[in-house]
Amino acid sequence: MAAEKKHAAYICKGCELGNRLDAASLVKIATKEGKMQLVREHDFLCSADGVAMIQNDIDNEGVTHIAICACSRRAKTEAFNFPTVAMSRGNLREGVIWIRPDTDEARETTQEMAEDYVRMACAEVKAMTVPSGNQNTGTSKTLLVVGGGMSGMTSALEASKTGYKVVLVEKTGALGGWAAKLWKRVPNREPFKAPMDNGVADLVAQIEADSNIKVYLNSTIAKTAGAPGRFKVDIAMESGPTVTEDIGAIIQATGFNLYDMNKLSHLGAGQANVVDQGGLEALAKAANGGIIKRADGKEVKSVVFVQCAGQRDASKTHLEYCSGHCCATSVKQAMYFKDANPDVDTMVIYTDLRMPGNNEDFYRSAQNKGVIFTKGVVSGVEASGDGCSVKFKDLILNDDTAASADLVVLATGMVPNSGVNIDAVAAAPAEAEPAEEGAEAAAPVAEVKPISILNLDYRQGPDMPQFKHGFNDSHFICFPYETRRTAIYAAGPLRRPMDIAQTQEDATGAAMKAIQAMENAGLGKAAHPRSGDLSFPTVRLEGCTQCKRCTVECPFGAIDEDEKRFPLFNESRCRRCGTCMGACPVRVISFENYSVNTVGAQLKAVDIPDEFSEKPRVLILACENDAYPALDMAGMNRNAYDPYVRVIPVRCLGSVNTIWITDALNSGYDGVMLMGCKHGEQYQCHFVKGSELGRYRMSKVYDTLKGMNLEEERLMDLEVAITDIDTLPQKINDYAAKIVEMGPSPFKGL
Amino acid sequence: MSDMNQQMAERYRNNFLKEIEEQAEMGDWVKMCMQCGVCSGSCPTNFHAGWDHPPQELFMMIRAGKRDEVLESNSMWMCVSCYNCYVRCPRKVPITHIMHGIAEYAYRIGRAPKNQPTQFLSKTFWDNATKTGRVNEVKLTQSLYFKNGIMDGIKQAMAMQDVALGLVKAKRLNPMEALGGGHKCKDIKGIHAMLDKARELENKRKGRTA
Repeated sequence: MAAEKKHAAYICKGCELGNRLDAASLVKIATKEGKMQLVREHDFLCSADGVAMIQNDIDNEGVTHIAICACSRRAKTEAFNFPTVAMSRGNLREGVIWIRPDTDEARETTQEMAEDYVRMACAEVKAMTVPSGNQNTGTSKTLLVVGGGMSGMTSALEASKTGYKVVLVEKTGALGGWAAKLWKRVPNREPFKAPMDNGVADLVAQIEADSNIKVYLNSTIAKTAGAPGRFKVDIAMESGPTVTEDIGAIIQATGFNLYDMNKLSHLGAGQANVVDQGGLEALAKAANGGIIKRADGKEVKSVVFVQCAGQRDASKTHLEYCSGHCCATSVKQAMYFKDANPDVDTMVIYTDLRMPGNNEDFYRSAQNKGVIFTKGVVSGVEASGDGCSVKFKDLILNDDTAASADLVVLATGMVPNSGVNIDAVAAAPAEAEPAEEGAEAAAPVAEVKPISILNLDYRQGPDMPQFKHGFNDSHFICFPYETRRTAIYAAGPLRRPMDIAQTQEDATGAAMKAIQAMENAGLGKAAHPRSGDLSFPTVRLEGCTQCKRCTVECPFGAIDEDEKRFPLFNESRCRRCGTCMGACPVRVISFENYSVNTVGAQLKAVDIPDEFSEKPRVLILACENDAYPALDMAGMNRNAYDPYVRVIPVRCLGSVNTIWITDALNSGYDGVMLMGCKHGEQYQCHFVKGSELGRYRMSKVYDTLKGMNLEEERLMDLEVAITDIDTLPQKINDYAAKIVEMGPSPFKGL
Repeated sequence: MSDMNQQMAERYRNNFLKEIEEQAEMGDWVKMCMQCGVCSGSCPTNFHAGWDHPPQELFMMIRAGKRDEVLESNSMWMCVSCYNCYVRCPRKVPITHIMHGIAEYAYRIGRAPKNQPTQFLSKTFWDNATKTGRVNEVKLTQSLYFKNGIMDGIKQAMAMQDVALGLVKAKRLNPMEALGGGHKCKDIKGIHAMLDKARELENKRKGRTA
């Protein structure tokens, strides 16, 4: 930008800031040290008057960069909303006065803390430019839904109801998926006492009557190229040509299959009178509400349901997990028999009957109808006479016993239709980068399915990444449906086992997220979790060494390589986590408002007292998603912590460039503390892999510390959750005490 | 009595749960037990040596068709009717009533354990009360204390003499009643007719012949 830069700082005196701090001295610091051309103080900066003052400076004084030294950047965002200028925030309230006691002894250190935050805000804003927004936008507002089952149909209808066009692709010749194969479904409304109509016909009719929804039957996705807002999707029809659709966002709703019963020969699979739950639905459909007959035509007089067949298998031969729905499904199926003829003996052999929510009423209703529930473990099913003999250990009576039945139903559980396991495929050719999850991927329970569903034209592979047991990765703790492929969402049982009610809720949520992603893509804004962010990464190609760390580490597959093997950013796919920036060894990647310089300038702006002052300095780089809010909330609760720490928020631990650590230690900080989200199997990182990659990178810094002759403890990595409001101050204090004990850094004053 | 046992076993062949549901008072609740074990955890008797089976196990045995074990169990007779289990049962199963229902049924068909003290008390009380329509406290205590012989009876009576004297002073116990028939209700015949009718109705309802 050629326009003249003019920097302004604003010091707020509201919320007790004026009483606790020496505002005049802060103004002096902003002017002298911060070198701000215009510095103003205000008694109540976020009031209409204060905001008008700032706006007036922008409009009439030519101010282009503002440093607001008031409350946390997470507070008063509506008031301090100046999209036309670059803005930094000095956190004097939550970060200083609220975490310090109001005593005479504390006054000096509190003032020093505030002065540093003013210096940091001034330094930061000078290194920033106004984000201009991603110019490379896509404008398609059509949603592609892959899969025409319960989840796919629900997503399509929900998106259509809000006025969006939908393309629905179904592999088979009819909509409905598994739900259509059910005779009835588990009830989802009062009084939860009897199976209900599966509801498929109604949804299909709604879709057929909906002019917003275009359905492709007998079709698959041949290729998905492009980016959010401008996907080009080739739809291959079984009979006919391949059609290309312009798509804004995608929901994968490809559901599940039953675990292959034939792997359970010890439970009688292969015998004529042993079926899985799907098999029983077929028999019930054939009976059409009458007496259920076996394949050989004999009326079923007694039936045994074997729960957890090939599930929750500690030996890992079969599925290790619980599929969640099977208990309720068996209860429902037992009712098929009881409702047609109360004299049919129905026994459900379970180890733990899992009937979440109102299913408890359904369970009670089944007991009332005379379904017998036996807690036991089935050891074998053998053909006996005209039927089967189910051998089991009764866990209540501690008794080895057997039950005879005309028919045995195995509850075999769900296997997701999640496409190709791209991690397993990537692990096969010798990859230079050691993938940490390699050990787990080496022994997957669900086999690698050879057929890709989305056929993504992404360098990371043709399908979405999988998490555990072949289920698609979605941010399972905080943001279900969010995957590592921007604007592509996973809904229904392909991301975790679930029943119809959960699936429909899931599908609705995914539709809402997909709409948000399409709209943001059109405006050049980021999607979750930095929703609305206009900044995007740029690379100074002259400095790039083509090391490929950014392309490999980007958790979202947003960086490709051009013909000359330079990184090629796909801004619409980018989630603005900054992992590429943290990864770059030559530091050529930056965002307009977040770069190696914005953080580097801040940490260098801090006043480092000499080694005789007994005032150590600890730098905290805190993840803005969990750790920084936790620190803010600690402030709101007035949980005091050490006055010698200086906190700089980072977008993700993954965006932390090691240069910041070495710079900090070189310039005399006594310790550096990293605060990021939990990683690994129970990850809470908002960017899924960011904190893991960041930590992996940091583990290399310890060698640098050794090279600098510094103690390893000078760098501390702390896992912080947003709920650690009361424990976090203590952890900070403990670390600060440890630093004091260790003595000042030898680099101080150099 | 054992005829009735035979008869019932024949009638409910292989379906003991149905037998309990139809023949034991409140037996139709047995199927509603979800085996959480709160009843057992709440029982103040702690199932000390006397109990063969805790309640939820007894219900599971009924569902598993263990007819002989259930009917001959002494568990139902150990219940002290404190109603803790009934109050706490998350399924609102009337456990106390079912215990008594099963006990009564086992006794009726001659399968209850012999010489069980609570059973003896119940039987003695019932006979005592229904004979005249009023309980004769002296005769009741006599028959209970002396059931194991004269020496044991004297020992027990001596141990309880303070209580007995207190009852006499409060005019709650009249030692003279040991001799005569004791106090009785106005219409003994009427009481007996009512009891007979009740028995007849119950037998009809439960499809019993005897």
